[in-house]
Amino acid sequence: MTRRCSVLALAAYLLSWRAFAQQGGELHFCLHSEPKTFNPQLVTEEGGETIRYLTGGVLIRVNRSTQELQPELAVSWKILAGGRKIEFALRQGVSFSDGTPFSAEDVAYTMRALMDTDLHSPTGDSFRSSAGPLDVKTSGPYHLTITFPAPVPGMERLFDQVAILSAHSQRKESLFLGPFCMAEYKAGSYVLLRRNPHYWKRDDAGRQLPYLDSIRLDIQKNRDLEMLRFRRGQLHLINNLDPELFDQLAAEAPSSVHDAGASLDSELLWFNQVPSSPLPAYKKAWFRSQGFRRAISGAINREDLCRVVYRGHASPAAGPVSPANQFWFRAGLKQHAFDPQGALGRLEQEGFRLDGGVLRDRDGHPVEFSVITNAGNKPRERMAVMIQQDLGKLGVRLNVVTLDFPSLIDRISRSYDYEACLLGFVNDDMDPNAQMNVWLSSASNHQWNPEQKSPETEWEAQIDRLMRAQASVSDPRKRKASFDKVQDIIWDEAPFLYLVYKNSLSAVSAMVQNARPTGLRPQTYWNAERLSLVSEVARSR
Amino acid sequence: MKTLRQFVWGILILVFAASLMAGLLAPAPYGQQFRDSTNAGPSRRFPLGTDELGRDRLSRLLYGSRVSLLLAPAAALLSTFIAALIGGLAGYLGGWWERLIMRFIDLSLSLPWLFLLLTVRALLPLNVSPVASVSITFALLGLLGWAGPARVVRSGVRSLTSSGFVLQARACGCRGSRLLVMQVLPNLKPILQAQFWISVPVFILAEANLGLLGLGVSEPLPSWGNLLRGLENYGAVRSNPWTLAPVLLLVIVMGSLHLVFPGEDYYS
Repeated sequence: MTRRCSVLALAAYLLSWRAFAQQGGELHFCLHSEPKTFNPQLVTEEGGETIRYLTGGVLIRVNRSTQELQPELAVSWKILAGGRKIEFALRQGVSFSDGTPFSAEDVAYTMRALMDTDLHSPTGDSFRSSAGPLDVKTSGPYHLTITFPAPVPGMERLFDQVAILSAHSQRKESLFLGPFCMAEYKAGSYVLLRRNPHYWKRDDAGRQLPYLDSIRLDIQKNRDLEMLRFRRGQLHLINNLDPELFDQLAAEAPSSVHDAGASLDSELLWFNQVPSSPLPAYKKAWFRSQGFRRAISGAINREDLCRVVYRGHASPAAGPVSPANQFWFRAGLKQHAFDPQGALGRLEQEGFRLDGGVLRDRDGHPVEFSVITNAGNKPRERMAVMIQQDLGKLGVRLNVVTLDFPSLIDRISRSYDYEACLLGFVNDDMDPNAQMNVWLSSASNHQWNPEQKSPETEWEAQIDRLMRAQASVSDPRKRKASFDKVQDIIWDEAPFLYLVYKNSLSAVSAMVQNARPTGLRPQTYWNAERLSLVSEVARSR
Repeated sequence: MKTLRQFVWGILILVFAASLMAGLLAPAPYGQQFRDSTNAGPSRRFPLGTDELGRDRLSRLLYGSRVSLLLAPAAALLSTFIAALIGGLAGYLGGWWERLIMRFIDLSLSLPWLFLLLTVRALLPLNVSPVASVSITFALLGLLGWAGPARVVRSGVRSLTSSGFVLQARACGCRGSRLLVMQVLPNLKPILQAQFWISVPVFILAEANLGLLGLGVSEPLPSWGNLLRGLENYGAVRSNPWTLAPVLLLVIVMGSLHLVFPGEDYYS
């Protein structure tokens, strides 16, 4: 009898735990910038993207944990006509947040609006591989075909960013198909999202998602204050934690911090190779020399950068794609080996010589240059100082200059009055097509020598050809083969000296259930509809 | 009081001497990174521990004191000199000259100097050595920090020129520059001294803030300003209280300076 009672008590306890775990509640975390727009088609920054992710219903979602595509509002899809056309079968019985039914007309309306050139939608631009009209044909309420003027490589993944709007409602921005709806916005203070009562998704037990009643996004730029509020239990999640804060929190509450491994973000350094830049000719010659760039790269101790600056929460970088991007990562690439003697030998081959502790070029100019980085970014400032010491051992004098961000951008993209720059690449999209504006020699973000009328070097011409080749086929294996060659060229020519791949560091309160932080954005709340809160009472039980 | 002053003088001499002999006293070069000993606590090898890059904190404090103790007073001297000149002229000449100068001072105080500093940084060449960068920083502070003290000086001069002894001097035929040099300036000394000592810590802290704009002392050269920047992280300070050494030194030095060079004549 006693044993039966114990079993019953245990069952009751487990049931009550589950009930507590899924009772609703309000999740709190911070946005680090004010949302500039609530129109999901015009989103460009973190605040807007967060709201789009939590409120927008999409046809296909990239699972942030497995990196696989998963059906959402589309139950199936098929790519046709060599990547120009996509055919969708849509989910039935889905409603917008006001209860109006969702149909193929809504998708057609959304795609037409998105591709309208007058809208200047950044999301639309990612579908625009060539000029020409978009053709959208609906065949019944739940089937449609979208035909683009030219093949769109990796097209399915792009639909992860397309929040479907209502074709019929006048209040398009206030109807949602995602798990949450916009409820309240106080500029400079907070955004409140409430549960979408008509959200279509259910859990395995048949219970409607999301579990949470609401999410409050406090607009808070100061990361120290964010950390303080997390410690006080006023916030439940923090994304993109600074390694220093991560370690402090790990010492206080080890279970609340998560290092999800490499993120898509990398830190890198490049030399100014712009022919029209106001640099002396001899410096331009250094920076345009592959041997010089490789020697500098070989003199940088990347392991130390990871260990000292990132406290082990980073890994040495070899190329443009981090291991977090499972499909496009080039596993064969190894970081440029740290070898100061080898670097000096390479420099001597290029005509440089070490003279009384000072490296001089063949004309006797001492090798001295400056590296600019954005002021206030402690990891970058520290990396620059460490590189300063590493290069000092080769007799190279490096001046570290921190600038406010607008001045830095002006120098690297307009006046070109700089010598080297240390910055980071923040990647949201895993497909290399999203990096066309970096790799094409004509592109504005081809930072070492942007907006070339025609490629100035043979290797840049080859990168142009390979990037266009990968963009013109839909077979992922062929695309990967082309992009692998691009990565090999980048590694060999070193226009960018990749330094580290940063890890994705986050903090999750013990009150949050089902959180599984990943390396991809949004790290902690990618499965927001399945997150739930337990009360302190339930947790103590 | 005399014993206290002697004691304080002793502290100041000790700090100045230690900073001037940093090359002899520092256990390690201020920029050398001991990468296997980052964020280390105090030890025999590193008496004040190491910073986040493994640099010896004591060495950086000694060299940083040299930079700040020489250049912050130099900048304060420059700003006090400009303030004395402009404020003194306004107070002494009076009339529309005074109004004109006061409007100029108001204009200077209302200008967003932050943007001016950003522009100056944008105009500076990038390849500037750390020593040149620190000199430029403090020179800028000195050149821009005169407006507030100038108002105080002008008020002081106004009250002096209408005081009994100046009237008596005028009545005795003392005029122009002679009146200024013999009567006004000597009595202005306490005000100028007070402005000078107020400016020194202000410039040290301003230099720390300018570092955020890329205008401060550039790495790897230490200064009290960039050592204080390391205290932004409250959590790290709480667990490593010895990192407060630069604050402690700043407070001791500034307190001592106020004790040995008081402006009490003026305030009394």
